[in-house]
Amino acid sequence: MSTKTQASLIVEKNWCKGCGICVAFCPKNVLEIKDGKVNIKDLESCIECGQCELRCPDFAIYLGGK
Amino acid sequence: MPSQLVKEYFRTENLPHIWCPGCGNGIVTRAIVKAIDNLGLNKDEICVVSGIGCSSRASGYLDFNTVHTTHGRALAFATGIKLAKPNLNVIVITGDGDASAIGGNHLIHAARRNIDITTIVFNNNTYGMTGGQYSPTTPTGDKGTTAPFGNIDTNFDLCELAKAAGATYVSRSTIFTTNMLIKQVENGIKNKGFSFIEALTTCPTYYGRKNRKGEAVDMMVYLKENAINIAAYDKLSEEQREGKFVVGEIYKSNRPEYTEEYQRIIDSFSKGV
Repeated sequence: MSTKTQASLIVEKNWCKGCGICVAFCPKNVLEIKDGKVNIKDLESCIECGQCELRCPDFAIYLGGK
Repeated sequence: MPSQLVKEYFRTENLPHIWCPGCGNGIVTRAIVKAIDNLGLNKDEICVVSGIGCSSRASGYLDFNTVHTTHGRALAFATGIKLAKPNLNVIVITGDGDASAIGGNHLIHAARRNIDITTIVFNNNTYGMTGGQYSPTTPTGDKGTTAPFGNIDTNFDLCELAKAAGATYVSRSTIFTTNMLIKQVENGIKNKGFSFIEALTTCPTYYGRKNRKGEAVDMMVYLKENAINIAAYDKLSEEQREGKFVVGEIYKSNRPEYTEEYQRIIDSFSKGV
């Protein structure tokens, strides 16, 4: 059964400019760029390290549930 | 919906910001906010002052007391604010051109006075807002729209400049070493005196494209691979240092702070009344 919910990793698509920084530095390959915006392709693999939130220049991805 | 941090400290109605895709300025801005949050400072006791340039647009997105001033003069305005209200935490956000070209004089004198201001320079090696002209930190040989055959100037080492001018806290970090940057902003704010933090950031649109540095990610990988922590850097030979740059807390010292000295003069007169 899935332990991750949509609330653990949140994307603000309107703010995403599709630079790909979060995709490149995600250690678990959770993210991808789809149609010019970030997309969560494998939420199950997310270890909630927060590297994406730390380096997103557009504040468009962050860990929730805190 | 934005994160708690962004909701608390940003003017979210002004977001998304105007910075280009992959521009590192947003990463530095968030790091500053995170440092303020970690310190638990009162928002109303913070004043963010910025000059002109891409980085200086940051003040407009932040929900503190903010002043967006004229080109190169952020530190002059900040000096006035700090003297009028010494209890404020005054933070200056500036760029490499703003701080070290037109504002270079203000920078060295603010450092010399050791006034309690934390200055964070977003160094992207170019004038991004006006189209990629070379700046005092564009590495020798690199191109800008005003240096189509390569820059013949020697670029400034801003940290060495700030240290020599008298800053009592000097550090450098990058948008890749973000946690280090957050810690440095915290320590800079805590330092009672002039703190100078150089945040190496990226301009993929102008500097990156003009110098074939690749996309935003490639430029971040470059920062990751060439930044050497100060402890390790000291042990490297001159040859091994080629192409590398030092990050970390470069200099710390203790000497009288300007507004306190100023107050001492005021007090010496009020005693006589």
